[in-house]
Amino acid sequence: ARWAVVAWPERYGGRDASLWEWLIFEEEYYRAGAPPRITQNGIFLLAPTVFAFGTDEQRDHILPRMAAAQDLWCQGWSEPGAGSDLASLRSRAVRDAAEGGWRLTGHKTWTTRGAFCTHLFGLFRSDPGSERHRGLTYFLVPLDAPGVTVRGFQRLDGDDGFAEVFLDEVFVPDSAVLGGVGKGWQVAMATTGSERGLTLRSPGRFLTVAERLIALARQRSESVPPAVLDWIVGRWMQAQAYHLFTLQQVTRIAAGGEIGAESSLNKIFWSELDIGLHEAALEVLGPLGELDDQWSRGFMFSLAGPIYAGTNEIQRNIVAERLLGLPRK
Amino acid sequence: MYFGLGDDGVVLRDLLRDLLKEKCPPALIRQVASGSVPAAAADLWRTLAEVGVFATLLDEAHGGLGLTETAMVAVLEETGYAGVPLPTTETVAVVVPLLSGSARSDLLDSVLSGRVILSCWLDSVTGHGRGEPLVPYGAVATGALVATAGGVGLVDFASTGPERTVDGVRSLIRVDPSSATPLDIDPAGIRRAVLRATVGVSAELVGLARRMLDIAVDYVKTREQFGAPVGSFQAVKHHLANALIAVEFARPAVLKAGYSLATGDPDTERDVSMAKAMASEAALTVVKLTLQCQGAIAYTTEYDHQLFAKRAWALAAAWGGATAHRQRLAGLLGLVARSDSRPVQAESALS
Repeated sequence: ARWAVVAWPERYGGRDASLWEWLIFEEEYYRAGAPPRITQNGIFLLAPTVFAFGTDEQRDHILPRMAAAQDLWCQGWSEPGAGSDLASLRSRAVRDAAEGGWRLTGHKTWTTRGAFCTHLFGLFRSDPGSERHRGLTYFLVPLDAPGVTVRGFQRLDGDDGFAEVFLDEVFVPDSAVLGGVGKGWQVAMATTGSERGLTLRSPGRFLTVAERLIALARQRSESVPPAVLDWIVGRWMQAQAYHLFTLQQVTRIAAGGEIGAESSLNKIFWSELDIGLHEAALEVLGPLGELDDQWSRGFMFSLAGPIYAGTNEIQRNIVAERLLGLPRK
Repeated sequence: MYFGLGDDGVVLRDLLRDLLKEKCPPALIRQVASGSVPAAAADLWRTLAEVGVFATLLDEAHGGLGLTETAMVAVLEETGYAGVPLPTTETVAVVVPLLSGSARSDLLDSVLSGRVILSCWLDSVTGHGRGEPLVPYGAVATGALVATAGGVGLVDFASTGPERTVDGVRSLIRVDPSSATPLDIDPAGIRRAVLRATVGVSAELVGLARRMLDIAVDYVKTREQFGAPVGSFQAVKHHLANALIAVEFARPAVLKAGYSLATGDPDTERDVSMAKAMASEAALTVVKLTLQCQGAIAYTTEYDHQLFAKRAWALAAAWGGATAHRQRLAGLLGLVARSDSRPVQAESALS
């Protein structure tokens, strides 16, 4: 039905939807209570990169299979020693010229839905003498390749798709390189804006949570303390504000503008909004909040928001440096 | 939905921004705050009149700019940014529209031309301030439109001096509404004026907040301690990032309230309260964060920051503060019994 990737070209399984249409789709998707999309890391994180940097062959092969959920992609960036400081990553790619490819060795962690995925996109150090963000290459790796071990572990909110991925001289062909050898950092960073802000978390998601919060409060209005009502109104307003802010951005994008570092504002705001909405709900629920259900799980997951997609501390640095022009050092 | 200013609004805003930079320096704010009304204040007011700012909402048939409340929001954010020490919101949102709906076309002409400056005092939608008719800008205005038992009336300011206020520009004059000369204005028009003014000061608050942030950013880029600009320290970066977030997410809420007013949106009352609540909170937050980042210097009256901080404190509370508007929203969202949030004046359809 081609609903998975409405904004993509038809050729790759989409519906050529405009950004406005995508926003509307997202609002209706969340309002309908549709399930979380297992393909979302691929769709929101990898696909923009494939569109921007992929060869025609890569696009023709990867995108339709992603849209159809035949391939499920997870992101292999973080390592035990490389979280916020991604450039310190040590997983390496050693050239195997004889076989026409590379051998990947390393340890990736915090891989969302890694335990369920079929493929991983990741950054590996391909230039042995390089340091920091130089000498990295962006690879597309099938997780059923020999040498790959995936170990899932449970998250706070009960999700057990979270995983670490061990790679022991895993062979991938040259065609698994996305965007050019040694260009991994630029390729990865080109789309971090979309990860943080607009496309990872459309306003629809939070508008729906806010609606559910209001409904919950109305249902229990006799037992909700007035002070909590003030919380609820405040957080509901923030959900509306996020929506309006995004509409302004989309207005600019539709007119040919770019958001750039402004996406850091989106990320900080939605991640803290998500916590606020869920905290308010738990206040309304009172003792019922300790039941394992949508609200308590949603609350626990919301605590991850300020951590993933670039910690909010890093984001605030970016806001200060790139939007306000404050000096780096 | 096109959620932006529109070409006319953008042109007016940019023109105003340049004009105000030239004609409303901090020195002028200080003079008015100290109680004097220098020629430069009259000059600024006349310039605003000539540009047509006061006629923003007046239809073109009556010589106005024929723009809507979205343009009003843009205009008043600029006057807020500049800290204009004169009753711009009162004039644009209340005095001109209400006089144009009355028989007093003579007075309307005088106001539009800038010859006469009037302020106003109406009941806020939250009910705060009722029974305390304190009219702002008493030093520069000669009278005001005030809420009366029967609707709205005109008062001339007597010789009784203004109350001492934190922000000298505000110079509040206590009036007696029972002595006002009645104006025949329909309740829907009054209601609309209250909503517009609430949105108008919300826009001013966004402008004031942005001004304080700009002052702070400039300061921390150059002020050095421990061998580095203090703006390079993460704590300072995070404070100012939080200030930016507060402003940038309040602004679209204010614009949306203007848009709702302009389009007769059924959620207008809700959007207006949201705008005021968010703008008030944002401005109060920004005052604290920017004050903190600049340290003791910002605690002096010689430094310009306090000119905008004091205005922000006054406007955050005017026309209903953040908590009062959130409480009103709680009623509008069906979270409390409706009687707690019944509007102050009789509800009537916005025309």
